[in-house]
Amino acid sequence: MTPKTIIQVEKLTKRFGQFTAVDAISFDVKRGEIFGFLGANGAGKTTAIKMLIGLSRPTAGSGTVAGFDIGKQAEQIKNNIGYMSQKFSLYNDLTVAQNIRFFGGIYGLSTKKIKEKIQVILTELDLQSVAKKPVSALPLGWKQRLAFAVSMVHDPEIVFMDEPTGGVDPNVRRQFWENIYQAAAKGRTVFVTTHYMDEAEYCDRVSIMVDGKIEALDTPNNLKNQFNATSMDEVFLKLAR
Amino acid sequence: MAAIVAEHISKSYNDVPALKDISFTVENGELFGLIGPDGAGKSTLFRILTTLLLADHGQGYVAGHHIVDEYKEIRKKVGYMPGRFSLYQDLSVAENLSFFATIFGTTIEENYNLVRDIYVQLEPFRDRPAGKLSGGMKQKLALCCALIHKPEVLFLDEPTTGVDAVSRVEFWDMLKKLKEKGIAILVSTPYMDEATRCNRIALIQKGKILSIDTPQQMVADLNKPLFAIRTRKIYQTLTVLRRAHFTYSALPFGEYIHLTTTQPYVASEIKAYVADNGIAVEEVLPVEATVEDVFLDLSKTVETQSQ
Repeated sequence: MTPKTIIQVEKLTKRFGQFTAVDAISFDVKRGEIFGFLGANGAGKTTAIKMLIGLSRPTAGSGTVAGFDIGKQAEQIKNNIGYMSQKFSLYNDLTVAQNIRFFGGIYGLSTKKIKEKIQVILTELDLQSVAKKPVSALPLGWKQRLAFAVSMVHDPEIVFMDEPTGGVDPNVRRQFWENIYQAAAKGRTVFVTTHYMDEAEYCDRVSIMVDGKIEALDTPNNLKNQFNATSMDEVFLKLAR
Repeated sequence: MAAIVAEHISKSYNDVPALKDISFTVENGELFGLIGPDGAGKSTLFRILTTLLLADHGQGYVAGHHIVDEYKEIRKKVGYMPGRFSLYQDLSVAENLSFFATIFGTTIEENYNLVRDIYVQLEPFRDRPAGKLSGGMKQKLALCCALIHKPEVLFLDEPTTGVDAVSRVEFWDMLKKLKEKGIAILVSTPYMDEATRCNRIALIQKGKILSIDTPQQMVADLNKPLFAIRTRKIYQTLTVLRRAHFTYSALPFGEYIHLTTTQPYVASEIKAYVADNGIAVEEVLPVEATVEDVFLDLSKTVETQSQ
């Protein structure tokens, strides 16, 4: 692994009995990259990610995430990555500040560090006025930005996101992607899984999984050229059908 | 009378308005799309039109019947597929279909021709519990169950949400065939790219309809020059563009930035302006708008007016 690589995976495989869910996939993700991980339902996406974030042990193959071995150092990986899903990231009945404190505590930050983080996040997101409001009272766009900030409370080098903006207002979606671009511009890596192909268009590079294998991996623009398509949706359809 | 008529429908939950003065019509044999994000009020409107919820104000007619006074008639004549999967998870595929046929006083055989194309795809799984089907298969079964009593009007609330891209395309192909059989269809979706599959669409946001038209006309009516800009530094380029005197709006749009300008402009001048600010731009192209561009433009106009 070079300092420029944050994820490196070699022939990663997961079998459940006779069924091969992930079939010897190899790829790498560069530091500061926004990487889209795509696939239809049942293509093996979720199984692959579970291995990357230390929740499932590979049957065969190897890989590192943030410098740690996915076969042997699952616990270290969990401590060094962020995770955000569109729906379940925050506790609705806790206040904004309490959510930050809670997740800071989960990741083992000191009380002093947590206090600092609360201030930094509230200031950066301009949320001071609602710090003591329950998260349920926030508009969706604010919630999403808070969830993103909270997923990075322990300063991970890489954040995994599960369908971050599917179905949301196009305006909210754009504000959110600007936040992602901003984080990436500062060197943070963002790993996005989604089956919304229009969301994939926002990524620097994307991989497409079909039946357990990675069938394509490139920038959205190159993939569109390669498959003679005008959108990622078309690329995906040509591959998955 | 049109298949669906909504006249000035409003609805609030406690003090929170969910729908504000909604009016539109759907003709027989028309595929009409209600396009808007989560929380726009789409499901509330579906429940009102399918007689499951009372509006605070306004009137509605479905298949020629009033939505309050003649709700029983409407329930016999419409098929409704709610946003949340609502079949019996522990009944098999065949049992679910048979159940829905029976409660509507018909049989699978009687209307089989209507569901045949869809049901043949489910046939291999006919004995599988509905709860164990894939997302795309669940939606196909739900559509069959909503069709088995041969409804005049079909209400589909976000049928493609959570369904992968391949199944989405198949689903829209099925709707097209149903429409050609004369069934009026009201379908909602948060995906702007699905708008072009509809005859006409209504864009809806925060309980208000922003516009109703054919998707083609709606796109043609965007009255601002639109450019797509490709650059490796999206965040920095957005910042530069938003300070430019010619910019009306600059928004990320996949791997491009979409720029609308306040007056006609030349692509090369835009490229030069960004380059003068130290950012290399790979291409600047005048492009045709998409429905999503229109949605963003209309919602920006609404916001400006309300300030």
